[in-house]
Amino acid sequence: MTIPAAWFLVVSALLFGIGAFGVLVRRNVLVMFMCIELMLNAANLAFVTYSRVLHDVGGQATVFFVLVVAAAEVTVGLGIVVAIFRRRRSAIVDDVAEMRG
Amino acid sequence: MVAAAPWMLAFALAGFLILVTFGRRLGEPVAGWIGTAAIGGAFVMAVITWIGLLGRSNREVTQTLFAWIPMGGTQVKVALLVDPLSVTMVLFVTGVSALIHLYSIGYMHKERDFTKFFVYLNLFVFSMLLLVLANNLLVTFVGWEGVGVCSYWLVSFYFDKDSAASAGKKAFIYNRIGDVGMLVAMFVLFTHLHTLNYLQINTGIGTMSSTDVTLVVLALLFAATGKSAQIPLFNWLPDAMEGPTPVSALIHAATMVTAGVYLLCRMNHVLALSPDGRATIATIGAVTAFVAATIATSQHDIKKVLAFSTVSQIGFMVLAVGAGAYDAAIFLMVAHAFFKGLLFLGAGSVIHGLDGEQELSRMGGLRTLMVWTFATFLVGWLAISGVPPLSGFFAKGDVLKGAWAYSKPLWAIGLVAALFTAYYMSRLFYLAFTGDPRFLKAAAGRPALHPPHESPWVMRLPLVVLAFCAALAGLLGTPLTNFLAPVFQGNLPADLPSSTSVILETTDAVIAVAGLAIAWVLWRGRSERPELTPNFLLRVWYWDDAYDTVIGRPSTALARSAARVVDPVVIDGAAMGTAAAVRDGARRLRRLQNGYVRSYALTIAVGAALLLAFLLARTF
Repeated sequence: MTIPAAWFLVVSALLFGIGAFGVLVRRNVLVMFMCIELMLNAANLAFVTYSRVLHDVGGQATVFFVLVVAAAEVTVGLGIVVAIFRRRRSAIVDDVAEMRG
Repeated sequence: MVAAAPWMLAFALAGFLILVTFGRRLGEPVAGWIGTAAIGGAFVMAVITWIGLLGRSNREVTQTLFAWIPMGGTQVKVALLVDPLSVTMVLFVTGVSALIHLYSIGYMHKERDFTKFFVYLNLFVFSMLLLVLANNLLVTFVGWEGVGVCSYWLVSFYFDKDSAASAGKKAFIYNRIGDVGMLVAMFVLFTHLHTLNYLQINTGIGTMSSTDVTLVVLALLFAATGKSAQIPLFNWLPDAMEGPTPVSALIHAATMVTAGVYLLCRMNHVLALSPDGRATIATIGAVTAFVAATIATSQHDIKKVLAFSTVSQIGFMVLAVGAGAYDAAIFLMVAHAFFKGLLFLGAGSVIHGLDGEQELSRMGGLRTLMVWTFATFLVGWLAISGVPPLSGFFAKGDVLKGAWAYSKPLWAIGLVAALFTAYYMSRLFYLAFTGDPRFLKAAAGRPALHPPHESPWVMRLPLVVLAFCAALAGLLGTPLTNFLAPVFQGNLPADLPSSTSVILETTDAVIAVAGLAIAWVLWRGRSERPELTPNFLLRVWYWDDAYDTVIGRPSTALARSAARVVDPVVIDGAAMGTAAAVRDGARRLRRLQNGYVRSYALTIAVGAALLLAFLLARTF
């Protein structure tokens, strides 16, 4: 038996919701990063699902781009986090509010 | 041989470039000699061109230098038109210019800006040659503006003097007002004929309606009144006497101020089609000749007398143009360049000798002290007064003959102006050269002066050469008329019967001698006659005051109210209001940038949700 595509989409939506919720409520930068990864992979799951449903390989190709971008983003982001952590001994995002207008 | 024409421009331009680059290092007097040599070279080129033109049967040569403004089918080229008219002009322009350059070496001796003076003079000659030699109105206009700006620089040459600075501005502004006329004429001609080339205008002008032609003629006349100091724009020329005297001689007597007359002569085919336009021209000329002559009788400053005399003489030229006697206008222009250049240089010699004194009431008795100046000035005086057989008699006689054939009332006005001419020049001559040397005694806050010395040879030589020219230029009359005949076609005044001619000539001579005699009776042994110099004439018929009342003061009041009301309220309000609005808006908007990442994330999330909702709503 095959699992209906809708289930995959539901999982994807759940993952995305959890990720978005995490980004909005958590203060720890590392946790926020993980939440962002969650959102990206939820999107990947949706892409792959639609790729199967629509028989279009474009969705799967896009996933590779997303993976590469996510890797690059994590590299840069963690670099910034490390730099901030060295100066402040904290990874709490609300402490870094100097760019306030 | 005719190919020498561009070299005239090249010589003047080379002189200018050398002096403007190395002038300061060359210093006095080398810079002056280089400037003089450049113009002397231009004169030689002019003579070569002239000889070349004499040897040709087709005396209308166009030399294209380069294409300037290509516009679709029409092209404006920088090209020279070598024909009898332009050659006549360049001959006397370069000749008189060379002499005045030579004279300036002596006159400007020990002046602070010696080299700068020659820079301006050379640039002026270049512009004047461009004006005269151009084969189309646009290039002429470039020269026209060039001589205007040189005139401005040279009038305000002593720019640390207030009067000189404001006189320069006045000259510049009056000329700009006149330039509007030239532009309008060009616009109208180009709209109808799609060309500004003189020869093409001459052939195509017949296709234009007579209203348009009259508009062109009146616009050209307005341009000429500005440049040639005619009513209503003549007031700048007397003020322009603030410049050094060689400038007054060269620019404001011999060459630049005749540019307006030249332009009208150049456009004679257009003038021929507009009887109304010509009548206006002739009237303006006659009235200017008369008004300026009356004013000249009253002035106390030797250069002011000569300035108003110049206005009056150009009035005669304009009268001749209006009457269709173009050759007489050019004849008087050449003769005037000689004798008025001579008179100005003589006056400069007197002023030079008297340490800058210009008041006639402080002169007198210079006859024995400055013999060369006296002798040459005598020739100039008799020439401009129209005493036979000097050049002025023939030139002015031709003008008055043309006026007689055209209109008797205008001829009468011209004759009265001629009487005044002889009178005011004699007054000037008697006051300056005869009687007691009044400058030896201190008076009216002015110190006593030493007896003057005669000027150096570089100043005397131009005086002598010009005196010869002024005396003998009368011989040019008939050859000049024949030489110019191909340029001036149609509507020339009919030849007068020889008996009428003789009567008119006799009248002229009698009038001239009468002017001399009246001045002798009134001014012998006198230096002041207040009853003969009324305020009305001293203040130039209240002409400047009228302009001041009608234009000057209302404009000042308008500007003042603008400064008090418009500037602080409207201009400042707009500028400051914009700034304040931006500042307040920014103060409100900056609250959005609170620095918390999660609030930005929320904004993005909400925005994305709204966007999705919008897309969904559109789909279903």
